[in-house]
Amino acid sequence: MIRALIILLLFTTPALAAVGNPEDRLRDPAQEERAQTIGRDLRCLVCQNQSIEDSDAAVAADLRRIVRERVVAGDDDARIIEFVHARYGDFVLLRPPVNAATALLWATPALALLGGILAIRTMRRRAAAAPEPAPLTEAERRRLAQLDETPRA
Amino acid sequence: MSEVAKTSRRKWLLFAPLGVAAGCGVGFYAMLNGMRTGSFDPRGVPSTLVGRPVPDFSLPAMEGIDKPALAAADLRGLGRAAVVNFWASWCVPCIVEHPQLMRLARQGVPVFGVNYKDQLPGAQAFLTRHGNPFTRLGVDAPGRVAIDWGVYGVPETYFLDKEGLVRWRWAGPITPEVFDQDLTPLLRRYA
Repeated sequence: MIRALIILLLFTTPALAAVGNPEDRLRDPAQEERAQTIGRDLRCLVCQNQSIEDSDAAVAADLRRIVRERVVAGDDDARIIEFVHARYGDFVLLRPPVNAATALLWATPALALLGGILAIRTMRRRAAAAPEPAPLTEAERRRLAQLDETPRA
Repeated sequence: MSEVAKTSRRKWLLFAPLGVAAGCGVGFYAMLNGMRTGSFDPRGVPSTLVGRPVPDFSLPAMEGIDKPALAAADLRGLGRAAVVNFWASWCVPCIVEHPQLMRLARQGVPVFGVNYKDQLPGAQAFLTRHGNPFTRLGVDAPGRVAIDWGVYGVPETYFLDKEGLVRWRWAGPITPEVFDQDLTPLLRRYA
């Protein structure tokens, strides 16, 4: 019986290990799901490489609560993210926006692809442009003919 | 392409890794140097308030401390530079920076305080023990006003110019070095 229970526990989702106070979670599972999706895109200002949904920092807990309040109030996702973004700036977004400062970051994949294509084209062109080898001299041709006639061992 | 040109280009290619390594070296040196001098902080969260007026808020006064409450209206158009400091009695760096706040107050600079997520007896004891530099003191027990300011930890300090626009934000304790290198020039510039 106990063994069965332990095995069953192994298969439970790690919901019990979720960060934060369970009382702060929303009753409506759909709303809670939305709040978590929004929260996973917001960066914790203290831990910095965790989202506010993953962080145990006090500020992250406050932001989780604010996101939930806004969800209940009926704000759409973009407005909720804008609320936090207006206060904490680009730093709080785990998906950086496209602007002058991040243009290079976003352009990197395209630039890498372009660079690769250019490199392949140059190599191909160079291979095609490689000059025909100079024709064999009379002496070489004779030596080749001689080799051809030599029976192989 | 002639053979000579090709081999000389090959030779240059040999130096390419060296060039890349040298480039990275210069870049990393610049980063480390910036981190040392404070001009580059990869973990710093730049304040969105810089260049803007403070957000709307209104906070109650602290019980038992004879200082008026704090609201956004108190910080607009003061006609002189001022400082807003978020602090808590449970925050050790706040103890470290407190003498610098006292120094500011002695220089006649209005220092406005926001007591962040604190408990009344602790906050009162803190001010009794370390002195009270604040012209006005608001209590933000839930920490919601702090979020409107973009505060992410205490202590945090904002410098306001005459018109009440935020000109500078410091996350962390105001050490004597920060006072001399940042606050003193700011006070001179926005006096």
